[in-house]
Amino acid sequence: MNAITLFGLGSAALVGLGLFGLITKPQPLHKILCFNVLGGGVLLLFGVVARRGAAAGLGGDPVPHALVITAIVVAFAATAMAVALLRRLVAAGGRTASESDHPDAGGDGA
Amino acid sequence: MPMLSSGATTTGGFLLVVAIMLPASGILIALGCGGCGGRCIAHAQRVFLPAGLAIAAATLGTTWHRGESLVYVVGGFAPPLGIALRADGVSAAMMLTTAIVICAVALFAGPQFSPPPEQREARAPLVLWTLLLAIWTALNAVALGGDLFTLFVALELLTFGAVPLVCLGGEAHTIEAALRYLLFALLGSVLYLLGIAMIYGAYGTLDIVLLSNLVRPAPVPWVALALMTTGLLVKTALFPFHLWLPPAHAGAPAAGSAVLSALVVKGSFFLLVRLLFYAMPGLTGAAAAQLIAALGGAAILYGSVLALRQRRLKLLVAYSTVAQIGYLFLIFPLAGPFATGDAGSSAAWTGGWLQLFSHAFAKAAMFMAAGLIAEAMGHDRIAELAGVGRALPITLTAFGLAGLSLMGVPPSGGFVAKWLLLQASVSEGQWWWAVVIVVGGLLAAAYVFRVLGTAFESTDAPLKPSRAVSRRREVVTLAVALLATLLGLLPLAPSRLLQIGLPAGLETVAR
Repeated sequence: MNAITLFGLGSAALVGLGLFGLITKPQPLHKILCFNVLGGGVLLLFGVVARRGAAAGLGGDPVPHALVITAIVVAFAATAMAVALLRRLVAAGGRTASESDHPDAGGDGA
Repeated sequence: MPMLSSGATTTGGFLLVVAIMLPASGILIALGCGGCGGRCIAHAQRVFLPAGLAIAAATLGTTWHRGESLVYVVGGFAPPLGIALRADGVSAAMMLTTAIVICAVALFAGPQFSPPPEQREARAPLVLWTLLLAIWTALNAVALGGDLFTLFVALELLTFGAVPLVCLGGEAHTIEAALRYLLFALLGSVLYLLGIAMIYGAYGTLDIVLLSNLVRPAPVPWVALALMTTGLLVKTALFPFHLWLPPAHAGAPAAGSAVLSALVVKGSFFLLVRLLFYAMPGLTGAAAAQLIAALGGAAILYGSVLALRQRRLKLLVAYSTVAQIGYLFLIFPLAGPFATGDAGSSAAWTGGWLQLFSHAFAKAAMFMAAGLIAEAMGHDRIAELAGVGRALPITLTAFGLAGLSLMGVPPSGGFVAKWLLLQASVSEGQWWWAVVIVVGGLLAAAYVFRVLGTAFESTDAPLKPSRAVSRRREVVTLAVALLATLLGLLPLAPSRLLQIGLPAGLETVAR
């Protein structure tokens, strides 16, 4: 088993763990963290793809690196926004474990 | 195959860059002089809105005149290394719809969100104008993006513009709705990104035209396509991923709800069409297309029934969006590679797009009308709206006209769209979609007439609005509803505009 396969498996494990947490955890903060674990797995996959696609004499294919930089910025912005919203929600006194109620159930909603 | 000659910039290609850069520079102005509390941008939008509308119209005109896609190769670097912007018929139509709805919403929101003169800094106007421009930039980028990663960035920009719009009011329940929306959207985008990584790993390019020539049925593209499709379905709020939509769209201020329901959910649908029909044609099996459309059919029925059960007007309109989105997904089994007859295929293609455009106008008008009613009455509980039709006749007329389009009653854009889809499902021998379309139309009639019936009830004492609403905003609402109706005057036939720049896999649509 070479390094690329190992990193690929690691990436798959992170994606699986993150996805599981994102779906099962009710707390928004948990969900945000799980999104980051899942995102980490996807970014690692880009690294694996870059290494696998390396031309002779190069350390890696540069295009996935360029994509990953953009994806990191996007993921960072998304995390910042989610945390900011969560802080505002706590400050406004709203419920944070909002996934427990089913919005379709109530006739008049909020 | 006109899209294959995409290596070089065509005449008029500069329009595509300007279409993205113009609203983006508006955001920079808004943020650059944030000290004036949105006063600058509130003035500057008087230039930006007409200019953006003119560019969208010019793009449509040029595309129509040339009869093939406009292409702009950014920086002169041809794909696969560079990025190409492409405008075909559907992009141009999407851009014009976006521009019209954004301009109408801006006219509608203008009086409500103009910065108060005595205050130095006002948060809501600055944020609203910035977000409107951000959503416009993102939607133009979604319409024009020529590779899957540019489309990912555009889709993220769209989400980041849409989420704060939900909680502009700042109440706890709207923040909760915004957070829920963001978490669903993040799940969708990370699944899409995972698919991108797999596709790049397998083919070494993300350009849509290059991919369409490379992709062959194999496990890796299948898994990638499944992940990306699921991600986009979550963002489009297709049943059963619709849970985030009603609280988010009902919680936003009326101008925001109009943009969210009319345009933002269509952005990810547009991307799904690009993915399934343009980038990876021939990869979706007939069973998968039936499954996606079945979810659409379930959305039509479930969303309509829930709309019927709502007690608040804005939630009713939001659930109606869940239902109307469902119609869009009927094009996957009816148009393109699975269509057995060319007539059915091209009817479904035009019908699906017309449903997108007419729903954009109708739903924008409906949310604006609901907002005006809520503002005038101080609440939007449907049961207590008896007699509001006499107090706000123009608004209720707009609501009714928009409702005609949702039901699919002639003459309205919704009628042409649903008729073409009906015709396609009959001529393709997939009669079950015809049943869903007809039942969905009946349910839509039920929930629209439930509101109209109460509103035009005769009351002993005339209903007095607690606050007057400006006539100008009522007229804008009516004008948008009339646009949805005017789309119904189009001929009941496949449109040539929507067939410009079709890829190789979609020839059946063009015949």
